[in-house]
Amino acid sequence: MPETLTTVEALNRALADEMEANNRVLVLGEDVGRLGGIFRVTEGLKGRFGSERVFDTPASESGIVGVALGLAMAGFRPVVEMQFAAYVYPALEQIIDHVAKYRLRTKGKLGLPLVIRMPVGGGNGGKEHHAESPETIFVHTAGLKVLSPSGPLESYDLLAQAIRDPDPVVFLEPIRLYRKAETGELGAGHLPMHQAKLMRNGTDLTFVSYGGMVGLCVQAADALAGEGVSAQVLDLRCLSPLDIVSIRECVRSTGRAVIVHEAPLTLGLGAEISARITEECFDRLLAPVERVTGYDTPYPPPSLEERWWPTLGRIASAARRIAGYDLHD
Amino acid sequence: MSEADRSPYQIVAPDGTARTSRADIGLSDDELRDLLRLMTLTRRLDDECVRLHAEGELAVYPPFSGQEAAQVGSAFALAPDDFVFPSFRELAAAIVRGVNPVTYLEYHRGTWHGGPWDVMAERFGPICVPLATQIVHAVGYALGMKLDERSVATLAYFGDGAASEGDFHEACNWAGVFKAPLVLLCQNNGWAISLPYEEQAASSVSSRADGYGFPGVRVDGNDVLAVWQVTKEAAERARWGKGPTLIEAVTFRMGPHLTNDDPSRYRDEEEVERWRKLDPVERFRRYLLAEGIVTDGDVDALASTAEDFASRIRAGVVATAAPDPEDLFEMVYEGIPLDLTRQQQAMGDA
Repeated sequence: MPETLTTVEALNRALADEMEANNRVLVLGEDVGRLGGIFRVTEGLKGRFGSERVFDTPASESGIVGVALGLAMAGFRPVVEMQFAAYVYPALEQIIDHVAKYRLRTKGKLGLPLVIRMPVGGGNGGKEHHAESPETIFVHTAGLKVLSPSGPLESYDLLAQAIRDPDPVVFLEPIRLYRKAETGELGAGHLPMHQAKLMRNGTDLTFVSYGGMVGLCVQAADALAGEGVSAQVLDLRCLSPLDIVSIRECVRSTGRAVIVHEAPLTLGLGAEISARITEECFDRLLAPVERVTGYDTPYPPPSLEERWWPTLGRIASAARRIAGYDLHD
Repeated sequence: MSEADRSPYQIVAPDGTARTSRADIGLSDDELRDLLRLMTLTRRLDDECVRLHAEGELAVYPPFSGQEAAQVGSAFALAPDDFVFPSFRELAAAIVRGVNPVTYLEYHRGTWHGGPWDVMAERFGPICVPLATQIVHAVGYALGMKLDERSVATLAYFGDGAASEGDFHEACNWAGVFKAPLVLLCQNNGWAISLPYEEQAASSVSSRADGYGFPGVRVDGNDVLAVWQVTKEAAERARWGKGPTLIEAVTFRMGPHLTNDDPSRYRDEEEVERWRKLDPVERFRRYLLAEGIVTDGDVDALASTAEDFASRIRAGVVATAAPDPEDLFEMVYEGIPLDLTRQQQAMGDA
């Protein structure tokens, strides 16, 4: 039955449903119990599943991730919350040195089914250290899977799949989507988590995006349609491993690509995707690949953030620049 | 008098005389002989590993000579179901726990990373170089055992250097708050590579336990019986739900930090000589001889067993070949993502 949920509610539902389905699923993190998480993603879980399965931890991010690793070794499926993406940095040693490498270090014998959730990006008027987009770090770390949903229904689908996955998953939740609502049928596995999703079809160009920027790309595609430009929108969903097949098929069909993400430009995911497009689609490209991203500065103060992140205007302009461009003309 | 100055707990004095009667020690004669056997074998293997490094058969190796009592005594005190998270110098502990030394040495040979043995079956975690990170894993594993109401103690080894890391603090704090069934075993060997303990911290490692709300014990790390006893008590406390214990085994690394290290650049030979007189293997041998638990003939026979042991491990190490390069791609995730399959093929073609 279709229902209307915000992203926070959908994530909460995914956690509750997976905890219900598998009593080895645990939730731990700062303020996730009594408070229900500062964004309320874990609301009600402690009351429903008890303090042995949902517990508040000390303010200790390296501890949270390292303990989750030990719990996974003990046969649990921990889902941990980093309160903000900027706070994951003390845990990077645990994530990069251990969580990502354990399967290889143990000659394939010991995989770690754990999920590391964190709110990413701007859109909440947050002060400094509350709007980081650190996906490049995780995507560049072999052994991690990295997911980022673009809306409530997808949040449910991807988080449920992440919890069932046999490998460690970094789950990036765009803050700007938390209060956004969507109506539809909840379900896990509509589409395997490693597959990108075509959100809009079109013939002139492809927007390649993920997370909080997908909605803007869809709006841009709608606006461009009024100008006679037919734009496709590909929502990556899984940032690592990348769904190269879908990127390739989409961009080969249109010959033009605009990559959109909130993270800064240099060595952002757009750099990798752009390189892959060159490798995979060179003979079909009609125009240079465009990137619309945050700038190579630290995240700005809230009063400037709307100037910093990709806007509908910047995205549409980039699309217009290449829509009329044809290498062969 | 500061806690660090206080004499660590001891059962057998450096001259081999015991401060506790044999009946009170709690180990059978066979077990006492087994302790000597393990210390003798592991010391002999340690020497062999240094040689294997010199011959280029091991890439690099961290000798543990001088720390046999701290490792053998503590590992011997554990029950079969207990779980160990080592740091990177715990070959002796690994052998006591039943890990195949040839497999263990794959790490030092450079044919694999830290955990090529079956970590869960052997109940001995991967070799862990990033300091103190494994202590946090041990807390998590211990909490898992507690959640499952299993009567299992988890032991984490680390050195004095690791006790300066943030993860040491985070692990201790968690262990205290959640009453983790955990034994935190610090082998304080006096030096964090070139930094002496007094320049690492202003208090002993064990004294810090008080701040985390659980007991800290300082033990003579060159006295195998004392180490065995305090570890056994700590593991029992853990299994009985009484929470963690921090043990500081005061010992000394007789050799270099790693086979490519040169300790003469930072420490005096006098200090090494002083510790040589406190040698853990020699001390325990003297004790067993004085108590009549072993004879000179036993000691000689043991030396020859140790020779055989070392040559058997040597043969195994030398025969260990580099893995199939394709393995690298197959063990990153449960399955191989398409993109990695392509890179695997590219490596094959190159």
